[in-house]
Amino acid sequence: MQDYDSICENFSWAEARKLIDGFPDGGLNIAHEAIERHLLAGHGDQIALRWIAKSGDCTDFSYQQMSELSNRFANVLHAHGLEKGARVYSLLGRVPDLYIAALGTLKAGCVFCPLFSAFGPEPIHSRMEIGGANALITTGRLYKHKIIALRDRLPELHTVLLIDDDMEGAERLLPLMEKASDRFEVARTDAEDTALLHFTSGTTGKPKGVVHVHEAVVAHHMTGRIALDLKPGDTYWCTADPGWVTGTSYGIIAPLTNRVTMIVDEAEFDVARWYDILAKERVNVWYTAPTAIRMLMKAGRDAIADHEFPALRFMASVGEPLNPEAVIWGNDVFGKPFHDNWWQTETGGIMIANFASVTVKPGSMGKPLPGIAAGIVEVGEGGAKELTKPMAIGELALRPGWPSMMRGYLHEEARYRKCFSGGWYLSGDLAMRDDDGYFWFVGRSDDLIKSSGHLIGPFEVESTLMEHDAVAEVAVIGVPDETAGERVKAYVALKPGFEASDALQLELLGHARKKLGPAVAPKEIVFRTNLPKTRSGKIMRRLLKARELGLPEGDISTLESDER
Amino acid sequence: MTNQDIRKILVEELHRIAPDIVLDEIDPDGDLHDEFEIDSMDFLTLVTALAKRFALEMPEADYPKMQSFNALADYLQDRKT
Repeated sequence: MQDYDSICENFSWAEARKLIDGFPDGGLNIAHEAIERHLLAGHGDQIALRWIAKSGDCTDFSYQQMSELSNRFANVLHAHGLEKGARVYSLLGRVPDLYIAALGTLKAGCVFCPLFSAFGPEPIHSRMEIGGANALITTGRLYKHKIIALRDRLPELHTVLLIDDDMEGAERLLPLMEKASDRFEVARTDAEDTALLHFTSGTTGKPKGVVHVHEAVVAHHMTGRIALDLKPGDTYWCTADPGWVTGTSYGIIAPLTNRVTMIVDEAEFDVARWYDILAKERVNVWYTAPTAIRMLMKAGRDAIADHEFPALRFMASVGEPLNPEAVIWGNDVFGKPFHDNWWQTETGGIMIANFASVTVKPGSMGKPLPGIAAGIVEVGEGGAKELTKPMAIGELALRPGWPSMMRGYLHEEARYRKCFSGGWYLSGDLAMRDDDGYFWFVGRSDDLIKSSGHLIGPFEVESTLMEHDAVAEVAVIGVPDETAGERVKAYVALKPGFEASDALQLELLGHARKKLGPAVAPKEIVFRTNLPKTRSGKIMRRLLKARELGLPEGDISTLESDER
Repeated sequence: MTNQDIRKILVEELHRIAPDIVLDEIDPDGDLHDEFEIDSMDFLTLVTALAKRFALEMPEADYPKMQSFNALADYLQDRKT
């Protein structure tokens, strides 16, 4: 990007829309923009996806191959009666089938909903139930461990496709793909038709199904160019899993619409492996997360010694605020800083960023993207009011109207409306804006936990622990963690007749992990005789957290019975 | 320390992190993350606990040698003898 101010001044979303094709009648389909239009422009032979298996073996998929494979998948969906608007879920690790399924689903006009494969059965069930899942693509192993027992409770799920197995109640995908035609006419979806469903945690109640439409691609494409500096032909590595919104918006859509070659690594984080990939694949743009950066920092300089990264041009980070030391560390070892940026599942795309052309202030999330109006607001009785004084702490808010803004929380109109006040979308994050217009993250305005960049709702964890016979009451908070930012900690009070013990603690931990999976379950469980509660019986997580952090306890006038 | 002793301790420490996993049902040569359903954070906790129990340094550079139950047991055996 050239000059930030002049671009902002001349920017309009109508102009941004011209950067993608669309259909002649005004319709729009994300998969067409991601794949088909590059074929029409003669780029079918370019590698779209280089997949690195756990074994280290590489498999390349050209744009042409991705087109044909996703066509086959779209045909498989149609053959199973899955038409426009049907909900197709994935529960997969980072394997090529996931990317093919995402694109094929969108081509068929169905709604794609990726689930994180480390979720346990309970988070999976609630997300499939709320979204009304009609089809699921997964592995035999995940199906056996996490889905079979839920099938009775998912009446709308009629198709299960397994990428590696064949079981009762499910079909093996491969023969179906082989039989299907590799030609398919992309569904002529409307810009406002639902394309993607992503789930995000709430402080109370069930997770929220965030609805995104095909028009979001206008923002994915533009923000990929401007905030991530993606250029056609680049090699790009987004380390996020498509089970989370980053891994879809910037791990599938934005890179493909910008015609880059995506690196996808199946394996979990590993220091040596990551440096190898960056160097060997000659990655130009790297989008990763603070937890990973901190683990690389911890491994020290020796780990990086044999590697050089002459191709690396731009490094960005998202998920939680990147600490200033990490930005500076980037400068020291890579010769360039990490560019932190900020956005949410609800915003669909990057909203505030440190840009390639703008000086990075370490620790700041950067400045709003062109076309985005951000402010710091205070929500009072008369609605949200902007705080214009520099460094005033308030809620980070955005003026609605950009293309990738959520169109709703599925079946939850009231919860959706609560996000807006005084003409602002309220993010739930507390922040400040400095004299130069840079934004600085302060904290969450609610009890949500941010662990390894993932938002975890305490209620979901508490509900599962409450199901255990021994548990009388429970509160779940996030406590600081050097690497993950926050770690999930549960405070449990036991029912009469149960004794706190090491064995019971492990039993509860096992119970939670089995139901919630390692990504959501608490990492630590402690016992209390009583949890701090208000007069109305509401457990005060805020108080537990203040005590954990050694902070002032604040207003405790509503405290009725205290922690013991 | 015998290989059996090492495995016993390894099982204990894994149980502290993932008590939901039944040892008989896992593939000892399969990917540790998949078999025990542990994430990167759990893995770090495990390595820290093992390093303490065995009074060993277990540097990041060695993590690729710890990717399955058997590999990790063999690694500990090598380092302790």
